[in-house]
Amino acid sequence: MTAYLKLDHIDKHFDRAGARTEVLKGINLTIDKGEFVSIIGHSGCGKSTMLNLIAGLTKVSAGAVLLENREVNAPGPERAVVFQNHSLLPWLTVYDNVNLAVSKVFGSKKTKAERHDWVMHNLDLVQMAHAGDKRPAEISGGMKQRVGIARALSMEPKILLLDEPFGALDALTRAHLQDAVMEIHARLGNTMVMITHDVDEAVLLSDRIVMMTNGPAARIGEVLSVPIPRPRDRIALAADRTYLKCREAVLKFLYERHRFVEAAE
Amino acid sequence: MSALAPIPSGSGPSTSADRKAAGSARATTGTVVALSRRPQPRFNLKRIGLGLAQSVLPPLVVLALLVGLWQVLCSAPDASLPSPATVWEQSRDLIVSPFFDNGSQDIGLGWRVLVSLQRVAYGFGLAAIAGILVGAVIGQSVWAMRGLDPIFQVLRTVPPLAWLPLSLAAFQQANPSAIFVIFITSIWPVIINTAVGVRNIPADYRNVAEVLRLNQIEFFFKIMLPAASPYIFTGLRIGVGLSWLAIVAAEMLTGGVGIGFFIWDAWNSSRLPDIIVALVYIGVVGFILDKLVAFAARIITRGAATN
Repeated sequence: MTAYLKLDHIDKHFDRAGARTEVLKGINLTIDKGEFVSIIGHSGCGKSTMLNLIAGLTKVSAGAVLLENREVNAPGPERAVVFQNHSLLPWLTVYDNVNLAVSKVFGSKKTKAERHDWVMHNLDLVQMAHAGDKRPAEISGGMKQRVGIARALSMEPKILLLDEPFGALDALTRAHLQDAVMEIHARLGNTMVMITHDVDEAVLLSDRIVMMTNGPAARIGEVLSVPIPRPRDRIALAADRTYLKCREAVLKFLYERHRFVEAAE
Repeated sequence: MSALAPIPSGSGPSTSADRKAAGSARATTGTVVALSRRPQPRFNLKRIGLGLAQSVLPPLVVLALLVGLWQVLCSAPDASLPSPATVWEQSRDLIVSPFFDNGSQDIGLGWRVLVSLQRVAYGFGLAAIAGILVGAVIGQSVWAMRGLDPIFQVLRTVPPLAWLPLSLAAFQQANPSAIFVIFITSIWPVIINTAVGVRNIPADYRNVAEVLRLNQIEFFFKIMLPAASPYIFTGLRIGVGLSWLAIVAAEMLTGGVGIGFFIWDAWNSSRLPDIIVALVYIGVVGFILDKLVAFAARIITRGAATN
Protein backbone atom coordinates (compact mmCIF):
# COMPACT_ATOMS: atom_id res chain seq x y z
CA MET A 1 0.00 0.00 0.00
CA THR A 2 1.45 3.33 -0.99
CA ALA A 3 1.50 6.05 1.59
CA TYR A 4 -1.60 8.22 1.69
CA LEU A 5 0.06 11.11 3.45
CA LYS A 6 3.82 11.41 3.40
CA LEU A 7 6.05 13.85 5.24
CA ASP A 8 9.29 13.72 3.29
CA HIS A 9 12.49 14.99 4.94
CA ILE A 10 10.82 18.06 6.39
CA ASP A 11 12.79 20.81 8.11
CA LYS A 12 11.16 23.84 9.58
CA HIS A 13 12.84 26.91 10.99
CA PHE A 14 11.64 30.38 11.78
CA ASP A 15 13.82 33.41 11.08
CA ARG A 16 13.12 36.24 13.41
CA ALA A 17 15.23 39.38 13.79
CA GLY A 18 18.23 37.69 12.20
CA ALA A 19 18.14 34.75 14.60
CA ARG A 20 17.15 31.33 13.30
CA THR A 21 15.10 28.96 15.44
CA GLU A 22 15.13 25.35 14.31
CA VAL A 23 11.76 23.85 15.13
CA LEU A 24 11.62 20.55 13.25
CA LYS A 25 14.52 18.63 11.73
CA GLY A 26 14.42 15.69 9.34
CA ILE A 27 10.79 14.65 9.79
CA ASN A 28 9.86 11.49 7.86
CA LEU A 29 6.46 9.95 8.34
CA THR A 30 4.01 8.03 6.23
CA ILE A 31 0.37 7.63 7.14
CA ASP A 32 -1.98 5.12 5.52
CA LYS A 33 -5.52 5.75 4.46
CA GLY A 34 -7.97 5.32 7.31
CA GLU A 35 -5.26 5.38 9.92
CA PHE A 36 -5.56 7.29 13.20
CA VAL A 37 -2.19 8.76 14.15
CA SER A 38 -1.45 10.80 17.26
CA ILE A 39 1.50 13.10 17.63
CA ILE A 40 2.60 13.49 21.22
CA GLY A 41 5.38 15.47 22.86
CA HIS A 42 6.11 18.07 25.47
CA SER A 43 5.01 21.63 24.86
CA GLY A 44 7.33 23.51 22.55
CA CYS A 45 8.37 20.39 20.66
CA GLY A 46 6.83 21.67 17.44
CA LYS A 47 3.92 19.26 17.24
CA SER A 48 1.47 22.03 16.46
CA THR A 49 3.90 23.31 13.83
CA MET A 50 3.88 19.84 12.32
CA LEU A 51 0.09 19.88 12.10
CA ASN A 52 0.16 23.35 10.55
CA LEU A 53 2.65 22.09 7.97
CA ILE A 54 0.28 19.28 7.00
CA ALA A 55 -2.62 21.72 6.94
CA GLY A 56 -0.56 24.08 4.78
CA LEU A 57 -1.05 26.96 7.21
CA THR A 58 2.73 27.06 7.66
CA LYS A 59 5.21 26.53 4.84
CA VAL A 60 7.96 23.94 5.08
CA SER A 61 11.57 25.19 5.03
CA ALA A 62 12.81 22.04 3.31
CA GLY A 63 11.25 18.77 2.22
CA ALA A 64 7.66 18.25 1.21
CA VAL A 65 4.22 17.17 2.37
CA LEU A 66 2.72 14.71 -0.11
CA LEU A 67 -0.95 13.75 -0.14
CA GLU A 68 -1.65 10.88 -2.56
CA ASN A 69 1.78 11.57 -4.09
CA ARG A 70 0.93 15.20 -4.83
CA GLU A 71 2.74 17.97 -3.03
CA VAL A 72 0.53 20.22 -0.91
CA ASN A 73 1.81 23.60 0.25
CA ALA A 74 -1.34 25.66 0.76
CA PRO A 75 -4.35 25.12 3.01
CA GLY A 76 -7.42 23.48 1.59
CA PRO A 77 -10.65 21.82 2.66
CA GLU A 78 -9.35 18.32 1.84
CA ARG A 79 -7.17 18.72 4.96
CA ALA A 80 -9.76 20.06 7.37
CA VAL A 81 -8.58 21.26 10.77
CA VAL A 82 -10.34 21.00 14.11
CA PHE A 83 -8.76 23.88 15.97
CA GLN A 84 -7.74 23.78 19.59
CA ASN A 85 -10.17 26.48 20.65
CA HIS A 86 -12.94 25.50 18.22
CA SER A 87 -12.60 28.75 16.17
CA LEU A 88 -16.29 28.99 15.49
CA LEU A 89 -17.34 32.35 14.14
CA PRO A 90 -19.26 33.90 17.03
CA TRP A 91 -21.59 35.98 14.85
CA LEU A 92 -22.93 32.91 13.04
CA THR A 93 -25.28 30.30 14.44
CA VAL A 94 -24.12 26.71 14.80
CA TYR A 95 -25.96 25.86 11.59
CA ASP A 96 -24.43 28.79 9.69
CA ASN A 97 -20.93 27.96 10.90
CA VAL A 98 -21.19 24.51 9.33
CA ASN A 99 -23.11 25.89 6.37
CA LEU A 100 -20.30 28.35 5.61
CA ALA A 101 -17.98 25.40 5.04
CA VAL A 102 -20.57 23.36 3.16
CA SER A 103 -21.60 26.12 0.78
CA LYS A 104 -17.95 26.97 0.08
CA VAL A 105 -16.88 23.37 -0.57
CA PHE A 106 -20.05 22.04 -2.19
CA GLY A 107 -21.56 25.29 -3.48
CA SER A 108 -21.51 24.15 -7.08
CA LYS A 109 -21.83 20.41 -6.56
CA LYS A 110 -24.93 20.19 -4.40
CA THR A 111 -28.34 21.84 -4.60
CA LYS A 112 -29.53 24.03 -1.76
CA ALA A 113 -31.67 21.25 -0.31
CA GLU A 114 -28.80 18.78 -0.52
CA ARG A 115 -26.52 21.26 1.25
CA HIS A 116 -29.07 21.70 4.01
CA ASP A 117 -29.34 17.93 4.43
CA TRP A 118 -25.55 17.64 4.49
CA VAL A 119 -25.24 20.31 7.20
CA MET A 120 -27.89 18.57 9.31
CA HIS A 121 -26.27 15.19 8.67
CA ASN A 122 -22.94 16.41 9.99
CA LEU A 123 -24.52 18.11 12.99
CA ASP A 124 -26.26 14.80 13.64
CA LEU A 125 -22.93 12.97 13.57
CA VAL A 126 -21.79 15.03 16.56
CA GLN A 127 -25.29 15.13 18.07
CA MET A 128 -25.66 18.86 17.74
CA ALA A 129 -28.61 18.96 15.33
CA HIS A 130 -30.83 20.25 18.12
CA ALA A 131 -28.69 23.38 18.62
CA GLY A 132 -28.58 24.61 15.03
CA ASP A 133 -30.13 27.98 15.87
CA LYS A 134 -27.84 28.70 18.82
CA ARG A 135 -24.83 30.96 18.67
CA PRO A 136 -21.45 29.65 19.88
CA ALA A 137 -21.66 31.85 22.99
CA GLU A 138 -24.83 30.06 24.05
CA ILE A 139 -23.43 26.51 24.09
CA SER A 140 -20.85 24.80 26.29
CA GLY A 141 -17.18 24.29 25.44
CA GLY A 142 -17.69 20.63 24.63
CA MET A 143 -20.59 21.45 22.33
CA LYS A 144 -18.52 24.09 20.56
CA GLN A 145 -15.81 21.54 19.91
CA ARG A 146 -18.46 19.13 18.58
CA VAL A 147 -19.59 21.80 16.14
CA GLY A 148 -15.94 22.40 15.21
CA ILE A 149 -15.65 18.70 14.39
CA ALA A 150 -18.91 18.80 12.42
CA ARG A 151 -17.63 21.75 10.42
CA ALA A 152 -14.40 19.93 9.61
CA LEU A 153 -16.21 16.69 8.72
CA SER A 154 -18.67 18.56 6.50
CA MET A 155 -15.81 19.45 4.14
CA GLU A 156 -15.46 15.71 3.44
CA PRO A 157 -11.73 15.95 4.05
CA LYS A 158 -9.23 13.36 2.91
CA ILE A 159 -7.48 13.94 6.19
CA LEU A 160 -8.94 15.31 9.39
CA LEU A 161 -6.38 17.22 11.43
CA LEU A 162 -7.12 17.65 15.12
CA ASP A 163 -5.02 20.19 17.01
CA GLU A 164 -5.31 19.28 20.69
CA PRO A 165 -9.05 19.20 20.16
CA PHE A 166 -9.94 18.33 23.74
CA GLY A 167 -7.22 20.28 25.52
CA ALA A 168 -9.51 22.97 26.89
CA LEU A 169 -12.24 20.62 28.11
CA ASP A 170 -12.91 19.04 31.49
CA ALA A 171 -12.17 15.32 31.91
CA LEU A 172 -15.76 14.06 31.56
CA THR A 173 -16.59 16.14 28.50
CA ARG A 174 -13.27 15.09 27.04
CA ALA A 175 -14.12 11.40 27.45
CA HIS A 176 -17.48 11.91 25.73
CA LEU A 177 -15.82 13.65 22.82
CA GLN A 178 -13.11 11.00 22.53
CA ASP A 179 -15.86 8.40 22.24
CA ALA A 180 -17.59 10.55 19.64
CA VAL A 181 -14.39 10.81 17.59
CA MET A 182 -13.78 7.03 17.83
CA GLU A 183 -17.33 6.42 16.70
CA ILE A 184 -16.97 8.78 13.75
CA HIS A 185 -13.63 7.22 12.81
CA ALA A 186 -15.22 3.77 12.89
CA ARG A 187 -18.22 4.88 10.88
CA LEU A 188 -16.57 7.01 8.21
CA GLY A 189 -13.07 5.49 8.17
CA ASN A 190 -11.40 8.92 7.89
CA THR A 191 -7.69 9.35 8.08
CA MET A 192 -7.06 11.38 11.21
CA VAL A 193 -3.98 13.05 12.62
CA MET A 194 -4.29 14.34 16.16
CA ILE A 195 -1.98 16.45 18.27
CA THR A 196 -2.19 15.71 21.96
CA HIS A 197 -0.23 15.86 25.18
CA ASP A 198 -2.46 13.35 26.93
CA VAL A 199 -0.95 9.85 27.05
CA ASP A 200 -4.23 8.03 27.72
CA GLU A 201 -5.96 9.86 24.94
CA ALA A 202 -3.19 8.97 22.50
CA VAL A 203 -3.26 5.25 23.39
CA LEU A 204 -7.03 5.03 23.42
CA LEU A 205 -7.61 6.64 20.05
CA SER A 206 -4.58 5.85 17.92
CA ASP A 207 -3.38 3.15 15.61
CA ARG A 208 0.07 4.64 15.89
CA ILE A 209 1.61 7.18 18.23
CA VAL A 210 4.36 9.45 16.94
CA MET A 211 6.55 10.61 19.82
CA MET A 212 8.52 13.81 19.40
CA THR A 213 11.81 14.65 21.05
CA ASN A 214 12.17 18.00 22.74
CA GLY A 215 12.88 21.11 20.74
CA PRO A 216 14.66 23.02 19.41
CA ALA A 217 15.17 21.00 16.22
CA ALA A 218 12.73 18.33 17.35
CA ARG A 219 12.74 14.96 15.60
CA ILE A 220 10.43 11.98 15.60
CA GLY A 221 11.88 9.97 18.48
CA GLU A 222 9.86 6.83 18.14
CA VAL A 223 6.69 5.55 16.49
CA LEU A 224 4.62 3.15 18.57
CA SER A 225 1.96 0.88 17.10
CA VAL A 226 -1.08 0.31 19.29
CA PRO A 227 -2.30 -3.19 18.41
CA ILE A 228 -5.59 -3.00 20.27
CA PRO A 229 -8.60 -4.18 18.25
CA ARG A 230 -11.46 -1.77 17.60
CA PRO A 231 -14.01 -0.91 18.77
CA ARG A 232 -12.23 0.06 21.94
CA ASP A 233 -13.91 0.52 25.27
CA ARG A 234 -12.20 2.73 27.80
CA ILE A 235 -13.43 0.75 30.80
CA ALA A 236 -12.37 -2.64 29.45
CA LEU A 237 -9.03 -1.18 28.41
CA ALA A 238 -8.22 0.13 31.87
CA ALA A 239 -6.93 -3.35 32.80
CA ASP A 240 -5.86 -4.48 29.32
CA ARG A 241 -2.23 -5.66 29.14
CA THR A 242 -1.53 -4.26 25.69
CA TYR A 243 -3.06 -0.94 26.66
CA LEU A 244 -0.96 -0.70 29.81
CA LYS A 245 2.19 -1.67 27.93
CA CYS A 246 1.62 0.98 25.28
CA ARG A 247 0.85 3.53 27.94
CA GLU A 248 4.04 2.66 29.79
CA ALA A 249 6.09 2.89 26.61
CA VAL A 250 4.82 6.42 25.92
CA LEU A 251 5.29 7.49 29.53
CA LYS A 252 8.84 6.15 29.54
CA PHE A 253 9.64 7.98 26.35
CA LEU A 254 8.23 11.25 27.63
CA TYR A 255 9.40 11.20 31.23
CA GLU A 256 12.61 9.12 31.23
CA ARG A 257 14.37 9.55 27.95
CA HIS A 258 13.02 12.92 26.86
CA ARG A 259 12.18 14.63 30.08
CA PHE A 260 10.94 18.16 29.55
CA VAL A 261 13.51 20.75 30.60
CA GLU A 262 11.96 24.11 31.22
CA ALA A 263 15.26 25.99 30.81
CA ALA A 264 15.91 24.52 27.39
CA GLU A 265 14.46 27.55 25.62
CA MET B 1 -25.48 13.68 25.66
CA SER B 2 -23.10 10.78 26.17
CA ALA B 3 -25.01 7.98 24.51
CA LEU B 4 -23.96 7.71 20.90
CA ALA B 5 -27.27 6.29 19.80
CA PRO B 6 -27.36 7.41 16.20
CA ILE B 7 -30.10 9.93 15.78
CA PRO B 8 -31.68 9.31 12.36
CA SER B 9 -29.49 11.22 9.99
CA GLY B 10 -31.07 14.15 8.23
CA SER B 11 -32.13 12.87 4.83
CA GLY B 12 -34.60 15.62 4.23
CA PRO B 13 -36.33 16.61 7.46
CA SER B 14 -36.59 20.25 8.25
CA THR B 15 -34.76 21.86 11.16
CA SER B 16 -37.78 21.78 13.41
CA ALA B 17 -38.48 18.13 12.67
CA ASP B 18 -34.88 17.38 13.60
CA ARG B 19 -35.16 19.23 16.79
CA LYS B 20 -38.27 17.27 17.63
CA ALA B 21 -36.42 14.03 16.91
CA ALA B 22 -33.54 15.10 19.12
CA GLY B 23 -35.98 16.12 21.82
CA SER B 24 -37.79 12.81 21.82
CA ALA B 25 -34.48 10.95 21.83
CA ARG B 26 -33.50 12.85 24.92
CA ALA B 27 -36.88 12.21 26.52
CA THR B 28 -36.22 8.48 26.53
CA THR B 29 -33.04 8.85 28.54
CA GLY B 30 -34.02 11.45 31.11
CA THR B 31 -37.03 12.84 32.86
CA VAL B 32 -38.69 15.79 31.27
CA VAL B 33 -38.89 18.72 33.60
CA ALA B 34 -41.83 20.91 32.84
CA LEU B 35 -40.66 24.49 32.90
CA SER B 36 -42.99 26.86 34.64
CA ARG B 37 -44.57 29.26 32.22
CA ARG B 38 -42.61 32.40 31.72
CA PRO B 39 -44.21 35.13 33.86
CA GLN B 40 -46.31 37.39 31.72
CA PRO B 41 -44.66 40.76 31.31
CA ARG B 42 -47.36 42.62 33.17
CA PHE B 43 -47.79 46.31 32.63
CA ASN B 44 -46.35 47.43 35.92
CA LEU B 45 -47.20 51.11 36.29
CA LYS B 46 -45.32 51.49 39.51
CA ARG B 47 -42.04 50.11 38.16
CA ILE B 48 -42.25 52.09 34.92
CA GLY B 49 -43.02 55.22 36.86
CA LEU B 50 -40.05 54.62 39.15
CA GLY B 51 -37.73 54.00 36.18
CA LEU B 52 -38.89 57.21 34.51
CA ALA B 53 -38.45 59.14 37.70
CA GLN B 54 -34.90 57.84 38.13
CA SER B 55 -33.73 58.62 34.60
CA VAL B 56 -35.78 61.68 33.66
CA LEU B 57 -36.29 63.58 36.85
CA PRO B 58 -32.66 64.41 37.74
CA PRO B 59 -31.81 66.05 34.39
CA LEU B 60 -35.15 67.93 34.46
CA VAL B 61 -34.40 69.32 37.91
CA VAL B 62 -30.91 70.38 36.90
CA LEU B 63 -32.27 71.93 33.70
CA ALA B 64 -34.85 73.90 35.64
CA LEU B 65 -32.17 75.16 38.02
CA LEU B 66 -29.90 76.19 35.14
CA VAL B 67 -32.71 77.98 33.31
CA GLY B 68 -33.64 79.73 36.55
CA LEU B 69 -30.05 80.85 37.08
CA TRP B 70 -29.86 82.02 33.47
CA GLN B 71 -33.09 83.98 33.92
CA VAL B 72 -31.71 85.67 37.02
CA LEU B 73 -28.38 86.51 35.40
CA CYS B 74 -29.86 87.88 32.15
CA SER B 75 -32.95 89.67 33.39
CA ALA B 76 -31.20 92.96 34.01
CA PRO B 77 -32.29 95.57 31.43
CA ASP B 78 -28.71 96.05 30.19
CA ALA B 79 -27.88 92.30 29.93
CA SER B 80 -25.92 91.46 26.78
CA LEU B 81 -27.62 88.06 26.31
CA PRO B 82 -31.36 87.34 26.16
CA SER B 83 -33.02 85.66 29.14
CA PRO B 84 -35.16 82.50 28.71
CA ALA B 85 -38.30 84.59 28.94
CA THR B 86 -37.07 86.82 26.12
CA VAL B 87 -36.20 83.80 24.00
CA TRP B 88 -39.69 82.39 24.48
CA GLU B 89 -41.27 85.75 23.67
CA GLN B 90 -39.31 86.55 20.54
CA SER B 91 -38.73 83.11 19.01
CA ARG B 92 -41.92 81.32 19.93
CA ASP B 93 -42.72 80.45 16.30
CA LEU B 94 -39.34 78.69 15.93
CA ILE B 95 -39.84 76.70 19.12
CA VAL B 96 -43.45 75.60 18.76
CA SER B 97 -43.63 74.90 15.01
CA PRO B 98 -40.45 73.43 13.52
CA PHE B 99 -41.99 72.84 10.10
CA PHE B 100 -43.62 76.10 8.97
CA ASP B 101 -42.80 77.32 5.51
CA ASN B 102 -43.34 80.96 4.56
CA GLY B 103 -41.07 81.01 1.51
CA SER B 104 -37.35 81.20 0.79
CA GLN B 105 -35.51 82.07 4.03
CA ASP B 106 -38.50 82.14 6.39
CA ILE B 107 -38.84 78.44 7.19
CA GLY B 108 -38.96 76.34 10.35
CA LEU B 109 -35.80 75.03 11.96
CA GLY B 110 -36.97 71.48 11.31
CA TRP B 111 -36.57 72.05 7.57
CA ARG B 112 -33.15 73.57 8.07
CA VAL B 113 -32.02 70.65 10.20
CA LEU B 114 -33.25 68.26 7.52
CA VAL B 115 -31.21 70.06 4.86
CA SER B 116 -28.12 69.87 7.07
CA LEU B 117 -28.82 66.22 7.81
CA GLN B 118 -29.02 65.51 4.11
CA ARG B 119 -25.54 66.96 3.60
CA VAL B 120 -24.28 64.93 6.55
CA ALA B 121 -25.90 61.83 5.09
CA TYR B 122 -24.02 62.26 1.80
CA GLY B 123 -20.69 63.23 3.32
CA PHE B 124 -20.77 60.76 6.18
CA GLY B 125 -22.15 57.96 4.00
CA LEU B 126 -19.27 58.37 1.56
CA ALA B 127 -16.80 58.61 4.42
CA ALA B 128 -18.17 55.40 5.97
CA ILE B 129 -17.85 53.41 2.75
CA ALA B 130 -14.46 54.79 1.76
CA GLY B 131 -13.18 54.68 5.32
CA ILE B 132 -14.08 51.03 5.84
CA LEU B 133 -12.51 50.03 2.52
CA VAL B 134 -9.29 51.99 3.07
CA GLY B 135 -9.16 50.88 6.69
CA ALA B 136 -9.52 47.25 5.61
CA VAL B 137 -6.59 47.61 3.19
CA ILE B 138 -4.43 49.26 5.83
CA GLY B 139 -5.35 46.64 8.40
CA GLN B 140 -4.53 43.80 6.01
CA SER B 141 -1.28 45.05 4.55
CA VAL B 142 1.76 45.92 6.60
CA TRP B 143 3.17 48.04 3.78
CA ALA B 144 -0.02 50.01 3.24
CA MET B 145 0.01 50.61 6.98
CA ARG B 146 3.61 51.81 7.00
CA GLY B 147 3.07 54.05 4.00
CA LEU B 148 -0.30 55.55 4.78
CA ASP B 149 -0.61 55.69 8.54
CA PRO B 150 1.84 58.56 9.18
CA ILE B 151 0.19 60.62 6.44
CA PHE B 152 -3.26 59.99 7.86
CA GLN B 153 -2.11 60.86 11.34
CA VAL B 154 -1.02 64.27 10.04
CA LEU B 155 -4.09 64.88 7.88
CA ARG B 156 -6.57 63.99 10.58
CA THR B 157 -5.37 66.87 12.76
CA VAL B 158 -6.29 69.44 10.11
CA PRO B 159 -9.40 71.30 11.37
CA PRO B 160 -12.51 70.82 9.20
CA LEU B 161 -12.81 74.45 8.13
CA ALA B 162 -9.21 74.55 6.93
CA TRP B 163 -10.31 72.26 4.10
CA LEU B 164 -13.12 74.58 3.02
CA PRO B 165 -11.22 77.09 0.83
CA LEU B 166 -9.53 74.29 -1.13
CA SER B 167 -12.82 72.50 -1.38
CA LEU B 168 -14.59 75.61 -2.71
CA ALA B 169 -11.82 76.12 -5.22
CA ALA B 170 -12.05 72.54 -6.39
CA PHE B 171 -15.84 72.13 -6.58
CA GLN B 172 -16.81 75.77 -7.37
CA GLN B 173 -20.12 75.22 -5.59
CA ALA B 174 -21.25 75.51 -1.98
CA ASN B 175 -23.12 72.25 -1.58
CA PRO B 176 -20.49 69.77 -2.80
CA SER B 177 -17.88 71.73 -0.87
CA ALA B 178 -19.81 71.36 2.38
CA ILE B 179 -20.29 67.66 1.69
CA PHE B 180 -16.58 67.29 1.03
CA VAL B 181 -15.75 68.96 4.34
CA ILE B 182 -18.03 66.48 6.13
CA PHE B 183 -16.38 63.63 4.26
CA ILE B 184 -12.82 64.67 5.01
CA THR B 185 -13.63 65.34 8.66
CA SER B 186 -15.35 62.10 9.45
CA ILE B 187 -13.29 59.65 7.41
CA TRP B 188 -10.20 59.50 9.67
CA PRO B 189 -11.71 57.86 12.73
CA VAL B 190 -13.46 55.36 10.44
CA ILE B 191 -10.20 54.48 8.67
CA ILE B 192 -8.14 54.23 11.82
CA ASN B 193 -10.66 52.20 13.82
CA THR B 194 -11.37 49.84 10.93
CA ALA B 195 -7.64 49.26 10.46
CA VAL B 196 -7.21 48.45 14.15
CA GLY B 197 -10.24 46.14 14.06
CA VAL B 198 -8.94 44.29 11.01
CA ARG B 199 -5.49 43.90 12.53
CA ASN B 200 -7.08 42.43 15.66
CA ILE B 201 -8.99 39.70 13.82
CA PRO B 202 -7.96 36.52 15.65
CA ALA B 203 -5.52 34.32 13.74
CA ASP B 204 -8.00 31.46 14.21
CA TYR B 205 -10.57 33.13 11.99
CA ARG B 206 -7.92 33.72 9.34
CA ASN B 207 -6.94 30.06 9.53
CA VAL B 208 -10.57 29.02 9.10
CA ALA B 209 -10.78 31.26 6.04
CA GLU B 210 -7.58 29.77 4.64
CA VAL B 211 -8.67 26.17 5.14
CA LEU B 212 -11.97 27.01 3.43
CA ARG B 213 -10.06 28.86 0.69
CA LEU B 214 -12.29 31.92 0.96
CA ASN B 215 -11.34 34.47 -1.69
CA GLN B 216 -10.68 38.13 -0.89
CA ILE B 217 -14.29 39.22 -1.36
CA GLU B 218 -15.73 36.33 0.65
CA PHE B 219 -13.17 37.00 3.37
CA PHE B 220 -14.12 40.68 3.46
CA PHE B 221 -17.84 40.08 3.84
CA LYS B 222 -17.89 36.84 5.83
CA ILE B 223 -14.97 37.28 8.21
CA MET B 224 -13.52 40.77 8.17
CA LEU B 225 -16.64 42.93 8.40
CA PRO B 226 -18.35 40.96 11.17
CA ALA B 227 -15.13 40.40 13.13
CA ALA B 228 -14.12 44.06 12.98
CA SER B 229 -17.62 45.49 13.32
CA PRO B 230 -17.28 46.58 16.98
CA TYR B 231 -14.22 48.64 16.04
CA ILE B 232 -15.83 49.91 12.85
CA PHE B 233 -18.85 51.17 14.76
CA THR B 234 -16.65 52.96 17.27
CA GLY B 235 -15.13 54.79 14.31
CA LEU B 236 -18.53 55.51 12.79
CA ARG B 237 -19.80 56.91 16.07
CA ILE B 238 -16.89 59.29 16.42
CA GLY B 239 -17.22 60.13 12.73
CA VAL B 240 -20.90 61.05 12.89
CA GLY B 241 -20.22 63.34 15.85
CA LEU B 242 -17.43 65.08 13.95
CA SER B 243 -19.56 65.51 10.84
CA TRP B 244 -22.29 67.21 12.84
CA LEU B 245 -19.68 69.52 14.31
CA ALA B 246 -18.30 70.28 10.87
CA ILE B 247 -21.57 70.84 9.03
CA VAL B 248 -22.61 73.74 11.23
CA ALA B 249 -19.26 75.46 10.77
CA ALA B 250 -19.18 74.75 7.04
CA GLU B 251 -22.71 76.06 6.47
CA MET B 252 -21.89 79.28 8.29
CA LEU B 253 -19.41 80.00 5.54
CA THR B 254 -21.11 78.48 2.49
CA GLY B 255 -24.64 79.79 3.06
CA GLY B 256 -27.76 78.06 1.80
CA VAL B 257 -30.61 76.75 3.88
CA GLY B 258 -28.91 74.68 6.60
CA ILE B 259 -29.01 75.24 10.33
CA GLY B 260 -25.43 76.56 10.35
CA PHE B 261 -26.25 79.35 7.94
CA PHE B 262 -29.35 80.17 9.99
CA ILE B 263 -27.12 80.93 12.99
CA TRP B 264 -24.85 83.12 10.92
CA ASP B 265 -27.85 84.92 9.42
CA ALA B 266 -29.41 85.42 12.87
CA TRP B 267 -26.13 86.87 14.14
CA ASN B 268 -25.96 89.31 11.24
CA SER B 269 -29.46 90.49 11.95
CA SER B 270 -28.96 90.53 15.74
CA ARG B 271 -31.57 87.89 16.52
CA LEU B 272 -29.83 86.37 19.53
CA PRO B 273 -32.91 84.47 20.81
CA ASP B 274 -33.09 82.62 17.46
CA ILE B 275 -29.48 81.54 17.86
CA ILE B 276 -30.20 80.06 21.24
CA VAL B 277 -33.13 78.07 19.85
CA ALA B 278 -30.92 76.85 16.99
CA LEU B 279 -28.26 75.72 19.47
CA VAL B 280 -30.81 73.60 21.27
CA TYR B 281 -31.88 72.04 17.97
CA ILE B 282 -28.28 71.26 17.04
CA GLY B 283 -27.57 69.71 20.42
CA VAL B 284 -30.67 67.54 20.37
CA VAL B 285 -30.09 66.36 16.79
CA GLY B 286 -26.41 65.57 17.50
CA PHE B 287 -27.49 63.59 20.53
CA ILE B 288 -30.02 61.63 18.47
CA LEU B 289 -27.46 60.95 15.71
CA ASP B 290 -25.01 59.55 18.25
CA LYS B 291 -27.68 57.36 19.83
CA LEU B 292 -28.81 56.12 16.40
CA VAL B 293 -25.32 54.91 15.48
CA ALA B 294 -24.89 53.38 18.93
CA PHE B 295 -28.22 51.62 18.54
CA ALA B 296 -27.29 50.29 15.09
CA ALA B 297 -24.01 49.08 16.53
CA ARG B 298 -25.80 47.24 19.31
CA ILE B 299 -28.12 45.51 16.89
CA ILE B 300 -25.51 44.62 14.29
CA THR B 301 -22.57 43.61 16.48
CA ARG B 302 -24.69 41.55 18.85
CA GLY B 303 -22.96 38.31 17.94
CA ALA B 304 -19.51 39.64 17.17
CA ALA B 305 -18.17 39.76 20.70
CA THR B 306 -15.45 37.16 20.92
CA ASN B 307 -16.11 34.31 23.30
